[in-house]
Amino acid sequence: MGSGEKLRMGHGSGGRLTAELIDGFFGAGFEPGELDDAATVSLGQERFAFTTDSFVVDPLFFPGGDIGRLAVFGTVNDLAAQGAEPAYLSLAVVGSEGFELDLLRRIMGSVSEAAVEAGVRVVTGDTKVMEHSALRGVVLNTAGVGRLRDGAQISAGRVQAGDIVIVTGPLGDHEAAVLCHRYDFGLDGVKSDCASVAGAAAAVIGAVGQELRWMRDPTRGGLATVLNELASQIGASVEIVQSAVPVSPAVRDTADILGLDPLYLACEGRLVLVVSAQSADEAVAALQERGGCPQAIAVGRVNETGSARPRVELLTEFGGRRILRYLTADQQPRIC
Amino acid sequence: MCLGVPGEVIEIQVDGRGRAAVGEVEMAVNLHLTPEAKIGDFVMVHAGTALEVMNTAAAEASIKLLGELSEREARAETLFADIETSAAQLDATTIMEVCGTHTTAIARSDIRARLPRNIDLISGPGCPVCVTPPGEIDMAIDLALSGRATIATFGDMLHVPGSRGSLESARVDGADVVVVYGPEQALELARGREGEVVFLGVGFETTAPLIAGAVKDADRSRLTNFSALVMHRLVPPALTALLSDPDSAIDGLLCPGHVSTVIGVAPYEPIARDFGVASVIAGFEPLDVLEATTMLVAKMARGEGGVGNQYARAVKYEGSRKAQELINEVFEVVDGSWRGVGIIPDSALALRGEWGRFDARRRFELEMHEVPEPPGCRCGEILGGRAKPLECPLWGHSCLPQTPVGPCMVSSEGSCRAAYIYG
Repeated sequence: MGSGEKLRMGHGSGGRLTAELIDGFFGAGFEPGELDDAATVSLGQERFAFTTDSFVVDPLFFPGGDIGRLAVFGTVNDLAAQGAEPAYLSLAVVGSEGFELDLLRRIMGSVSEAAVEAGVRVVTGDTKVMEHSALRGVVLNTAGVGRLRDGAQISAGRVQAGDIVIVTGPLGDHEAAVLCHRYDFGLDGVKSDCASVAGAAAAVIGAVGQELRWMRDPTRGGLATVLNELASQIGASVEIVQSAVPVSPAVRDTADILGLDPLYLACEGRLVLVVSAQSADEAVAALQERGGCPQAIAVGRVNETGSARPRVELLTEFGGRRILRYLTADQQPRIC
Repeated sequence: MCLGVPGEVIEIQVDGRGRAAVGEVEMAVNLHLTPEAKIGDFVMVHAGTALEVMNTAAAEASIKLLGELSEREARAETLFADIETSAAQLDATTIMEVCGTHTTAIARSDIRARLPRNIDLISGPGCPVCVTPPGEIDMAIDLALSGRATIATFGDMLHVPGSRGSLESARVDGADVVVVYGPEQALELARGREGEVVFLGVGFETTAPLIAGAVKDADRSRLTNFSALVMHRLVPPALTALLSDPDSAIDGLLCPGHVSTVIGVAPYEPIARDFGVASVIAGFEPLDVLEATTMLVAKMARGEGGVGNQYARAVKYEGSRKAQELINEVFEVVDGSWRGVGIIPDSALALRGEWGRFDARRRFELEMHEVPEPPGCRCGEILGGRAKPLECPLWGHSCLPQTPVGPCMVSSEGSCRAAYIYG
């Protein structure tokens, strides 16, 4: 390339810069498919979902979780969102020289607990240490694989006009908890939602099968960003009703203090689903009753696909509309 | 321009610090500007500092109202109807929302689309990072790149382009730039390391007392590695400059709430009188903005001038004496260059001579070089209410949120960015 361009923080934020970066990387041997968080691959007759994710979080420990739980659930959730039953994980640890072993033990304890909770086994791994000047703290990477569930056909290409957008619970808890911890705000009520969504995905696939068109876990960039990814993949126009979107008061307060928008805050234990209109109520009921998501709710619909002007629109409280764009940079606390 | 959240004081410590509950979130607050605050009082918190004790009854009422969606919707409908009634008595009318946070609130809830056709809302210069000239940003970038200091800054400044990149791109090139939530964190950063820490003092009257407080704090605790690069700007002189322009089309002003928490109502009175513009100080919830617009349009329909105060729960007539005194003690008023506008007399703050040892400009012998505006950029006219974002040839083409050319695209509340983000 030789363009002199350099990696920026925004390239890792999951927003538009990330999309632009990886678009420029594909060459022979890359088959990115639909650019979902997990790929579907075949081995013989069997179809699997396969994914990898790296975890860098400051602080390493936050209310409701830590980097160990995050590393397990992040990958488990990417597999689950692809319609797979998560089965095996790998775990790579890159730590800095001088990092306290007690902390590493705590993190590994969390990995183990989270794996049991999610019903997966960590079967292979790797450890590297870098000098303190090159890395502070610890970075984890997990990869995971799982067999696709019978009846699951999760693909952006199957989304149709009229389909309903569902979320499995309140949004933004994870990022709000991390921010609260980082800026030393009291934490009553703000806890990371960090958890497996495999049970929720299984419940909804069991209930409505192929009427579930697409789902994703809204991590970095939040609901607004995953819906923008969907919209740009298939030229969709998606409409979200602001008053229907569940956001806990504590998350809203945190966002207000720091000047952030909850619709762009990351979750680590939620799903965004698109379900056909006739099966939407059934999907919500299955999520609430069998999927462990009592607050699952429909928040919007897909108005159009194949549009030349893909967009995500928010119907505001006062009956106005605004466009929800991609997150362009990592969110930072503001004075204005 | 200035975020502020109402917090209930739940703990007061002997050192002038305490904790406040902002809804369900508890946070540390610096109470040095509000020594009269008692447990149970509501204070307006800006970047970790309580600016003012609020009118508790009004604060509670507004918090309650903000909770009930159906009540909010009903209230909004009433206000839209009232605006309609007043607007029917007016010709084409241009209202400037001075403050960028108002611009964002208006865009986020799409209030503009529901106003009568003859009421035009335009966005003013109300964003302190927007108006910071590229020469000053270059100064901060050069200092950061020289490796002589760690730069501590509010997140807003990170993406503001100077003439050769931004603080973010300096960080990519190895500069030590740390985003902080408030001055407390910048001081902490200085206490925790041997090297120099320079805090970027950006913001209007709302933020200036916080930086003044940090400088005094550093002095008290004999912190020798802390200094401030002061770039504060003042709102009333900018309004005077904009309204003095013979091409100004502005009939009414929505004045910035949190700046007014500090300066009070009085500084707007001569402006409203001399230029014949009706003015109302507005809060920041969409309903506040709507209510203030209703008050303003009604004022204009009655042919009445003067300054109204919709945001009485956080703005006293005299403002915050304590904050004003602190600003005067630490800063002096100087001429200031505004990005896209030029030099406005008496519109900026600089550290007074006796605080010179905390002045990063002196400590690092920094010099500001004027930088010409980027060709094609119409930010100057947009800030003055004489052009709209979509009329700029760069908007949405070479000037985008990820590659901003001018100040109005830089800030998350800049009018060009608001027009792009919220459509």
